[in-house]
Amino acid sequence: MNFTDLVFYFFAGMLVLAGLGVISSRNPVHSALFLVLSFFSCAALWLILQAEFLAIVLVLVYVGAVMVLFLFVVMMLDINITQMRQGFVRYLPIGALIALVMVAQMIWIVGPVGPDVFSGEQLDQAVQQGADYSNTKELGRVLYTDYVFPFEVASVILLVAIVAAIALTLRRREMTKYQTPGKQVKVRKEDRLRVVKMDTETRE
Amino acid sequence: MESVYLAIPLASLFGAIIAGFLGGGIGRTGAHTATIAGVGTSFVLSLYVLYQHVFAGVEVFNGTVYTWMVSEGIRFEVGFLIDNLTVMMMAVVTGVSLAVHVYTIGYMADDEHNWPKDSLAGKNSYQRFFSYISLFTFSMLILVMSNNFMQLFFGWEAVGLVSYLLIGFWSVRPTAIYANLKAFLVNRVGDFGFILGISAVVLYAGSLDYVEVFAKAENISEQTMSIFSGSEWNVMTVICILLFIGAMGKSAQVPLHVWLPDSMEGPTPISALIHAATMVTAGIFMVARMSPLYEYSEAALSFVLVIGAITALSMGLIGIVQNDIKRVVAYSTLSQLGYMTVALGVSAYSAAVFHLMTHAFFKALLFLAAGSVIIAMHHEQDMRKMGGLKKYMPITYWTSLIGSLALIGFPGMSGFFSKDAIIEAVHHSSIAGHSFAYIAVLSGVFITAFYSFRMFFLVFHGKERMDEHTRKHLHETPWVVTGPLIALAIPSMFIGGFTIGSMLFGDYFAGAIVVHEAHDALAIVGEHFHGAWSFVQHGFAGPALYLAALGVFTAWFIYIKHPSIADQTRKRFALIYNILERKYGFDEFNEWAFGGGSRALGNRLWQFGDVVLIDGLLVNGSAKLVAWFSSVVRHVQTGLLYHYAFAMIIGVLMLLTLFVIL
Amino acid sequence: MITLSSYLTLAAILFSISIAGIFLNRKNVVVLLMCIELMLLSANINFVAFSYYLNDISGQVFVFFILTVAAAEAAIGLAILVTLFRNRRTIDVEQLDAMKG
Repeated sequence: MNFTDLVFYFFAGMLVLAGLGVISSRNPVHSALFLVLSFFSCAALWLILQAEFLAIVLVLVYVGAVMVLFLFVVMMLDINITQMRQGFVRYLPIGALIALVMVAQMIWIVGPVGPDVFSGEQLDQAVQQGADYSNTKELGRVLYTDYVFPFEVASVILLVAIVAAIALTLRRREMTKYQTPGKQVKVRKEDRLRVVKMDTETRE
Repeated sequence: MESVYLAIPLASLFGAIIAGFLGGGIGRTGAHTATIAGVGTSFVLSLYVLYQHVFAGVEVFNGTVYTWMVSEGIRFEVGFLIDNLTVMMMAVVTGVSLAVHVYTIGYMADDEHNWPKDSLAGKNSYQRFFSYISLFTFSMLILVMSNNFMQLFFGWEAVGLVSYLLIGFWSVRPTAIYANLKAFLVNRVGDFGFILGISAVVLYAGSLDYVEVFAKAENISEQTMSIFSGSEWNVMTVICILLFIGAMGKSAQVPLHVWLPDSMEGPTPISALIHAATMVTAGIFMVARMSPLYEYSEAALSFVLVIGAITALSMGLIGIVQNDIKRVVAYSTLSQLGYMTVALGVSAYSAAVFHLMTHAFFKALLFLAAGSVIIAMHHEQDMRKMGGLKKYMPITYWTSLIGSLALIGFPGMSGFFSKDAIIEAVHHSSIAGHSFAYIAVLSGVFITAFYSFRMFFLVFHGKERMDEHTRKHLHETPWVVTGPLIALAIPSMFIGGFTIGSMLFGDYFAGAIVVHEAHDALAIVGEHFHGAWSFVQHGFAGPALYLAALGVFTAWFIYIKHPSIADQTRKRFALIYNILERKYGFDEFNEWAFGGGSRALGNRLWQFGDVVLIDGLLVNGSAKLVAWFSSVVRHVQTGLLYHYAFAMIIGVLMLLTLFVIL
Repeated sequence: MITLSSYLTLAAILFSISIAGIFLNRKNVVVLLMCIELMLLSANINFVAFSYYLNDISGQVFVFFILTVAAAEAAIGLAILVTLFRNRRTIDVEQLDAMKG
């Protein structure tokens, strides 16, 4: 059991506990914060797997942006906390049972107890890179050449997300003043000017 | 020679086509000229062929004219088998047909009075009639000239069809329509048996051709087949009985006889042509043609014999109580067909065919004479309103007398020779049922004489019972009507005596008709035969002649001397009279059992099958099922997200389990 | 000894936790969205593990894209949630049964 393994077990354990915390917290803000914790642990795990760029991105983008967004929304919604937990305990046995069955099966497939498919020479080609290994450079090298099309598509997806989010939540306030250039250009003399014939008035 | 054979049926067919399709254009004269020319040609050529085969010794012709198809070795062909039997039938058919064609010119002259003003069918009905009777001649010729079962069946069905068309010729009369449907349906029952018989022939002999089938006859008769799981039947018996069922339908044997009296709804010329002389004899002809097969099955011969005897006796009895002149002759025909069948049953095929020939002449004569009387009486057919017509219609009177004498078997007339030959053959036969048949045919002689002369006396003698108006207009019918009567009277008198020697006891039918020695009753009769004249003398020694004389005397006594006896007898024997008048209840039974049964079955099928099963269960039921199922399943859609997610999870879990386990 | 299997096991555990979370959570739509993020995270762990142990960079590229899409989806999901809250004044999942059959 070397140091790497210890680190792995530590962060893995934290990840699992944080996950459990997400689903069992009474307060949604707590759930969000547990989720942040789980992301951090996951980033640590990825550092062990020598995927530094992704680990950093996970923290920066996911935690920094997405989870912050989550927290904004959670705190914005006026939620009645006391009613939250009513259904939880009643359905816990079934939920736990199903989850356990599923996890048991999956572990049986991949793990040491089940068929030894996930071990052997093929699956252990991990290379411990040297100190001047730049994961970012490796990623960039592939991303803009082999995977440039998915890259562009991903950007379009983000654009769609922006548009969708705004379209869904935009509320117009009736009292703000704004210009509508289209209508401005279409205006006619009759709408703005009214000539009134008047007699000349003398000073009396 | 082959082209002559081909020309004979085709001449009649062309006449039929011209009158049928161009009838409107060529008018009445054109139609009857064309058809008479066609049938006349057929008649002349038939006589020529008869001369060639009988007197000039031309060989039997068996050839194929056209091969329709060959299927698994079975050939479906149009072909002719021309031997002595065929040429005799051809001459009879074309001869009687020609006489009827000429007669029709007079009979249908004022046919437009039978139709309502703007009836479509009534337009050109005259031409249509001629077309039909020519078409019939063609069909009958095809039937008798055939050399294979398929063509036989074609001719069989074709004559049935034309009979239907002609019985219902006056289609505006509901009774005519009932009659033609009845004829066709009853015929169909017979045809069903017929086609089963032909199928059995094909199955066991592997061919439809007569000669090939006859060659295998002995082989077939040694095989058995099992019908109704368990009972073994001799194949030849089965085939022969099935074929005879067809003959029962066509030749009106009990119980498939019910159509023939109703077929009198058709005009009298066709009653003469179809239902006396030719179509109804098709069954007799068929059995005679199939004699090589029937000889191998005594059981079938017995069956034929008994049915024929029953028909001969029972139908004659009904003829006694009929008041419509045509019905009397119709029942007489049924009875005489019974005689022919009896002859077939005792293996006296030549006697049956001989009687067929003589009967064709005198029965057609009797029908046409009845028609002549009907014309004169302005279409009155009830005999109770006739009487004393002798002085008004001499030609009809004398020809009727000749016909009636021939029918009852007056010595020297044709009918005497044929009937006595049959009676003698039955007497000497040893086939099971011959004693009953002998009693039946002998009683039949008395009964035949009685009803024939009852009709004769009621119509031509005695008090005149018609109304004044009709009596004033009574006169002999035109020569187109009386000419054929005379033409038919001559063979009714003479043809029997002249041909009996060679036909029955000579070798006229050698090769065409086969009789096994064991039941060759006619040969036994032939031992005593020394010529026609001695046959007549021999007749004086048997009971038949005296029974006939007794019948005539009884008829004279009752209907001329003491007419009141008839009424008294009817009152005394009211039960028997009732049974006879209701024709033994055959019609009522058929209507109750088959008619009512079909309707009841249809009703049950409609109520249960249609309404409950198809409508209720399948159509509405499937809709209801879908509705019920949806109402149950819709509860799965709770609208709650976590239920849907749960369902998905369960699905994934199950797939996972599946992959893990397998 | 940490093998590929360990990482896969870890991901499996995380995945089933999130499944349980989806099912058990009846009151809060936000927690539902968070469980979805957890699910995506477990998939990402799988990808990175495979990328390391098979020495193939494509695994990480894929994670890159998953991250992108997950972010977009979270944004839109929250926007929907906000709209839902504005209309219904509640984020109780049990009350969202208008599509009942």
